[in-house]
Amino acid sequence: MSMFQGHELTCIRGQRRVFAGLDFTVPAGGALILLGPNGSGKSSLLRLMAGLGRPAAGQLSWAGTPIAEDPEAHRVRLRYAGHLDCVKAVLSVRENLSFWAGQYGAAEAEAVNRGLKAFALESLADMPGQILSAGQKHRLALARLAASPGELWLLDEPTVGLDSAAQLRLTAAIAAHRETGGCVVAATHTPLDLPGAQSVNLSPYAEAARAAEARESAEPAW
Amino acid sequence: MSGFLGLLARDLRLALRRRADASLAVLFFVLAAAMFPFGVGPEPNLLARMAPGVIWVTALLAVLLSLERLFLADYEDGSLELMVLAPQPLEMTVLAKALAHWLTTGLPLIAAAPILALLYNMDPAGLPMLILAMALGTPSLSLIGAVGAALTLGARRGGVLIPLLVLPLNIPVLIFGVAALDAALAGLNPMPHIMFLGALFLGSLVLAPVAGAAALRQAME
Repeated sequence: MSMFQGHELTCIRGQRRVFAGLDFTVPAGGALILLGPNGSGKSSLLRLMAGLGRPAAGQLSWAGTPIAEDPEAHRVRLRYAGHLDCVKAVLSVRENLSFWAGQYGAAEAEAVNRGLKAFALESLADMPGQILSAGQKHRLALARLAASPGELWLLDEPTVGLDSAAQLRLTAAIAAHRETGGCVVAATHTPLDLPGAQSVNLSPYAEAARAAEARESAEPAW
Repeated sequence: MSGFLGLLARDLRLALRRRADASLAVLFFVLAAAMFPFGVGPEPNLLARMAPGVIWVTALLAVLLSLERLFLADYEDGSLELMVLAPQPLEMTVLAKALAHWLTTGLPLIAAAPILALLYNMDPAGLPMLILAMALGTPSLSLIGAVGAALTLGARRGGVLIPLLVLPLNIPVLIFGVAALDAALAGLNPMPHIMFLGALFLGSLVLAPVAGAAALRQAME
């Protein structure tokens, strides 16, 4: 059964059509990998899925209910990890993580420890955010997902800056999440080992959008 | 509610760890107010007459100075994006940020205002009214300022835009804040002015979170 679904999605950013006519489905416990060259709209699609902006056309739905009808429920189930790591320099790793876990209703120490453990951050727990390396900051951003359970994970280039051990931890965290019936959508350039994952290449949809734009601009305005 | 308190606690902790940033506004307040006697001369009666206006105008400018950072730091490191996507209603997020701003900026200004009033040779009998008027007025400044700060996110030179947006909206607070103090010093009834300050506070308490949340959603698209 498909849990998270998009139908005939079109995205417009600024004045430019990024992609058009895109369909996808993610079953419960499923994973979807977004592929495509830079600028093909992977991040834009993830932002649409998260609810940062609305699709210019088409519809997103969760278990058959359009997301636009119940955005609050979508925010409760959603865990989004974008390009930015949201790490405050003057807060410790634990403080950073427990703040975000609290925002998702899981402020207890146990949840925070679970997040720290999933990405091997225990030894750094009391270090301030400013001394972390880029990869460590990124691990802290991913630890948010493990700390507070949510049904839908949206990951924008989750492997950037991760060493091979951390990449293994990431795939393990994703596998554990999928075992509980959670869905994952990830945009990536590096191969991610997700068994049974579907993938969608965005470049044909981006070309369709460009072709539609070219047709429109070729037509006389009057 | 736990999200609201968590955000408030985080913002206060951030302000505490960056005390230098937090103390800028109150230092500016004291310094700017101390400049006026150099400009107009040290005549005690004139200074006493000017005190309410100078204190309120410089307090307003000091609040403006601290507004730019209200959402910008979270905007730049991606935290704001996550706050928009978090389960907590965005209006509560704006309210928590405005409350943290008032606690770290408005409250120190209220504490420093009596010192300035004494420097200006203001009649000490007016001090309770000064504190009451500022306690009612500065929360409105934080709330209205939060809307301005949210609206200018993503704009180039947003920090310069904020005063242009916010200063005209702060004029009512300035008028009734000064009028309450003037009335108290002249032995008249300050209550009508205090009531207006209270009304402005309650109005902005309701409207500012809604407007600020709408502005933040706009900035995220």
